[in-house]
Amino acid sequence: MPGQVITITSGKGGVGKTTATANLGVALARRGKRVACVDADIGLRNLDVVLGLENRIVYDLVDVVEGRARLRQALIKDKRLPELQLLPAAQKRDKSAVNENQMVRLCDDLKKEFDFVLIDSPAGIEGGFRYSIAPADQVFVVVTPELSSVRDADRVIGLVESEEKPTPKLIINRLRPDMVKRGDMLDTPDVLEILAIDLIGIVPEDAAIITSTNKGQPVALNDHSAAGAAFTRIAQRMLGEAVPFQVFGASPGMLDRFARLLRG
Amino acid sequence: MNWLVNLFGRPSQSADIAKARLRAVLVVDHTDISPETLNVLKEEIATAISKHLEIDRANVEVSLSRSDAGQHLTANVPVLGVRTSPSQRSMRRATVHAPTQKAP
Repeated sequence: MPGQVITITSGKGGVGKTTATANLGVALARRGKRVACVDADIGLRNLDVVLGLENRIVYDLVDVVEGRARLRQALIKDKRLPELQLLPAAQKRDKSAVNENQMVRLCDDLKKEFDFVLIDSPAGIEGGFRYSIAPADQVFVVVTPELSSVRDADRVIGLVESEEKPTPKLIINRLRPDMVKRGDMLDTPDVLEILAIDLIGIVPEDAAIITSTNKGQPVALNDHSAAGAAFTRIAQRMLGEAVPFQVFGASPGMLDRFARLLRG
Repeated sequence: MNWLVNLFGRPSQSADIAKARLRAVLVVDHTDISPETLNVLKEEIATAISKHLEIDRANVEVSLSRSDAGQHLTANVPVLGVRTSPSQRSMRRATVHAPTQKAP
């Protein structure tokens, strides 16, 4: 059975596409799935450093597309997880180096070898975004609970649907339960109501993401951190397991309000 | 009384403001009507209405909004009075003018 191509995109930059791609790749590989993580952000590659594989790059995606390297030569095996491999982006080229048909063909080859092909899309809605969603069987939209991110996600969802792709699934990233509790951050039901697509996971804001990225060791390598556990839960849902959604910092209830009142 | 409001009613918090602003901005994003088109629409609505009513053209407002029932174009047109047909107008002018002529 051919693998599934899932593109992780967002519209807005800096919301955690690369972190999500790396950690979902790790979480799926930990569960024995063969995963290829593809960095489609040509010119601004970062999936390699988030995965801690930056020192092992020889060939990249553009080398494969332009015939200078075979796919197997360019794929980097993750020594921690034999099931996980990375196809890095070219750093010294730009998005015009690849087109939609080339990405579709590349992914057709990857699908034969892997259970999951996870594409880390560049930010924006231009060429890079278009060639990233072209081969997708499913699209995950990453959103942070902020106005600008939700607005851009809304636009991206519309664009994905206009390409006649299945309706994307939503990852709410960097949710701060304390702020949601105070009523100072959009809550999950607010975001879902506005975007009207299905949720695949909620990832709380977690300092462990920064320390793990510092070290090149994705949080999903273990379940010690809240974010790592959240990515693992998303991976379980991708594999068809019914994992309930966690409720982070529900809106202030009567007791909270009373407590706040007493504190003044 | 304020403590009661604090206890039972959720005070307006920034997440609520974000949600309201997001809804408003998405309405515009979802509509292909540009601000320029909306302006033209406003002028044409004002022109059409002013054939029948005396309106305050400078304060006409046209906006798009969305509710559960769908998208709405809302025009707020301040009415100053009813414009009468030419024959009625001449009659009205006559009655209006009549007292001023008497006054001196």
